[in-house]
Amino acid sequence: MKMTGAEILVECLRRENVDTIFGYPGGSVLHIYDAIFNQSDIKHYLVRHEQAALHSANGYSRVSGKCGVALVTSGPGATNAVTGLADSLADSIPTVCISGQVPSSLIGNDAFQEADVVGITRSATKHNFLVKRVEDIALIVRQAFHIATTGRPGPVLIDIPKDISGETCEFVWPEKVDMRSYHPVTHGHPGQIKKAVRSMLTAKRPVLYTGGGVLNSIGSAALLHELSHTLDAPVTNTLMGLGGIPHDDKHFLGMLGMHGTYEANMAVSHCDLLIAVGARFDDRVTGRLDAFAPDAKVIHIDVDPSSISKNIHAHLPIVGDVAEVLTQLLEEIARRDGKPDEEALLLWWEQINEWRSKDSLAFDQPEDGPIKPQTVVRMVHEKTKGGAIVATDVGQHQMWAAQHYGFNRPHRWLTSGGLGTMGYGLPAGIGAQVAMPDEKVVIFTGDSSIQMCSQEFSTAFQYNLPVVVVILNNGYMGMVRQWQEMFYESRYSQSYFDSLPDFVKMAEAYGGTGIRVDKLEELSPALDKALGLNDQFVIVDVAVSKEENVFPMVPAGAALDEMVLS
Amino acid sequence: MRHTITILVENEFGVLTRVAGLFSARGYNIESLNVAPTLDETVSRMSLVTRGDEHVIEQIKKQLNKLIPVIKVEDISHLVHIEREMLLIKVKSNSKNRAKLVKFAEDKRAKIVDNVEISYLSLEMSGTAEELDDCIKELESYGIIEITRTGSVGMRRGIKGFTVD
Repeated sequence: MKMTGAEILVECLRRENVDTIFGYPGGSVLHIYDAIFNQSDIKHYLVRHEQAALHSANGYSRVSGKCGVALVTSGPGATNAVTGLADSLADSIPTVCISGQVPSSLIGNDAFQEADVVGITRSATKHNFLVKRVEDIALIVRQAFHIATTGRPGPVLIDIPKDISGETCEFVWPEKVDMRSYHPVTHGHPGQIKKAVRSMLTAKRPVLYTGGGVLNSIGSAALLHELSHTLDAPVTNTLMGLGGIPHDDKHFLGMLGMHGTYEANMAVSHCDLLIAVGARFDDRVTGRLDAFAPDAKVIHIDVDPSSISKNIHAHLPIVGDVAEVLTQLLEEIARRDGKPDEEALLLWWEQINEWRSKDSLAFDQPEDGPIKPQTVVRMVHEKTKGGAIVATDVGQHQMWAAQHYGFNRPHRWLTSGGLGTMGYGLPAGIGAQVAMPDEKVVIFTGDSSIQMCSQEFSTAFQYNLPVVVVILNNGYMGMVRQWQEMFYESRYSQSYFDSLPDFVKMAEAYGGTGIRVDKLEELSPALDKALGLNDQFVIVDVAVSKEENVFPMVPAGAALDEMVLS
Repeated sequence: MRHTITILVENEFGVLTRVAGLFSARGYNIESLNVAPTLDETVSRMSLVTRGDEHVIEQIKKQLNKLIPVIKVEDISHLVHIEREMLLIKVKSNSKNRAKLVKFAEDKRAKIVDNVEISYLSLEMSGTAEELDDCIKELESYGIIEITRTGSVGMRRGIKGFTVD
């Protein structure tokens, strides 16, 4: 049967099990929007800015485990999407972005709404395609989803000129995708597995250091739990890895790195075996490289070979899918009926518990003083029992959410870890709410970050998405101010807002509910009310202490054990 | 250290930019880069010369492999291999030094490819990058009008080929 390129595209999306798209129409994608109009299997969510389409697709993907899909028009539509693509690339989130392009005959003519999108997005995507013939659409869509969701996942862009989406051809669905140049390794090398198990069973001070790979590889969290208990080894998460192990698991040390806990950073600095699982030794994690885990043998499990020995030399690299490799490791331990060195571990845990007793995340909440931001996060944790979907923007509030929320399960944490994109939280939370309509979505944000994608309240209103937006409002770009206080003698250059909008009125203007909280006693009832609203979004604008800093902190370029505690 | 890396890529639009873009984005340098078709029309072969310590070269190889249209990557520097580059060079000449110049060409097994006028001579020669550097130096005294070089291409010695399968 002959179909238009647009119809073929929509049919291919359907066959890739896509039921949700986030997008924004425009001239070059009108054929595609017409094809969407004429069907009912795929629901399209209209965002208010293309950047948000990508963040929503990202949030949707993180909680659902499916590939997120965005649709944008040519020129500015696609350039607006670039930040969202780069964000998904840095955090390895599977997304497919379809962009319209000017008609083939106009490409290169500086046409209206023309941009070299394949050129611009080359380094912001895992891969991208320009479709040159209508007959190629089906295969390219298959390859795009295959590339986005396998190996180290990431965003893939398909640029489709308007004439191509309008032309017709016979629709042929490629049953198989086989790319000779792309074969990610998923199975760990058996020899390496044996060597790794030997090291694990003889380690005296092991640490499991786990990242976003544990969440990308579905099913890994349970395996990680089993491995840490089998080895009786402590686990620390990166920012991206939070939720990979329940916050109240006795093996959990909290997050490591720049704003990690004392026990996590000290354990890494003193371990004799560091088992990195789906983590990439980011500079925010390692601090000064030559002082990172100086006594440790490093085992590095990662699906992306280029992550291994990039920043820190891995003594024992294992390329493979995290879930598959963890399964192999557990099987090998079981096969040899292996037991860890209990005597050594007793001493190791004694030491760790001593570090733990520092209680490095402790803070003081005066009864009558200003509300501490940490108090807000902890209260939300209690009221949602650690089970909410939590999205954040970027800055101090993000670190407080990471430190204090305490997740009881995986795939509930949405944060821009790698790129650090302010404006990520609201659209990501919206995407997550679309994926999980029956779950509570809480978006922690700051008074600065929320202003970067606040147009998306309109999207939340249109689709009755009851996201709870909690603004930790200190009137500053808090993290910038903190660095200026610590490293620039408190010269607060351009980090203060004396013209913030009235966020309560903003909520109301967009059709939601706004609640202002100034006093501690108002906080709990306000959160109860907000979390109880199930038919509209709500902003809880909480005035928090203005100059609270995030601690512990490892100053940039310092060693992990040189952290500042308060 | 100087490394010669050979790469087989899908012969498709944009591959060269992906490879070149990778080097600029990650701050690696390219000394020379040669791209040409192979017997299989769906495959192109690149020869790339770069510099870096073992750690950097290892990363370059991994990053190249990560590019979707890259089929195969091999650093031939550690293998017994042949490396050649071609040079076209145009030098000034006159009736007094012409014979000497022609003798130079013979000695170096260079081909005279353009000698229509006495005022100049164009030579074609191939060799390792180093050999060509030396020749250029020797010709400097005549006055070099222009040069163009292909960049190195290479393959490992022995019966084994570097192909897709």
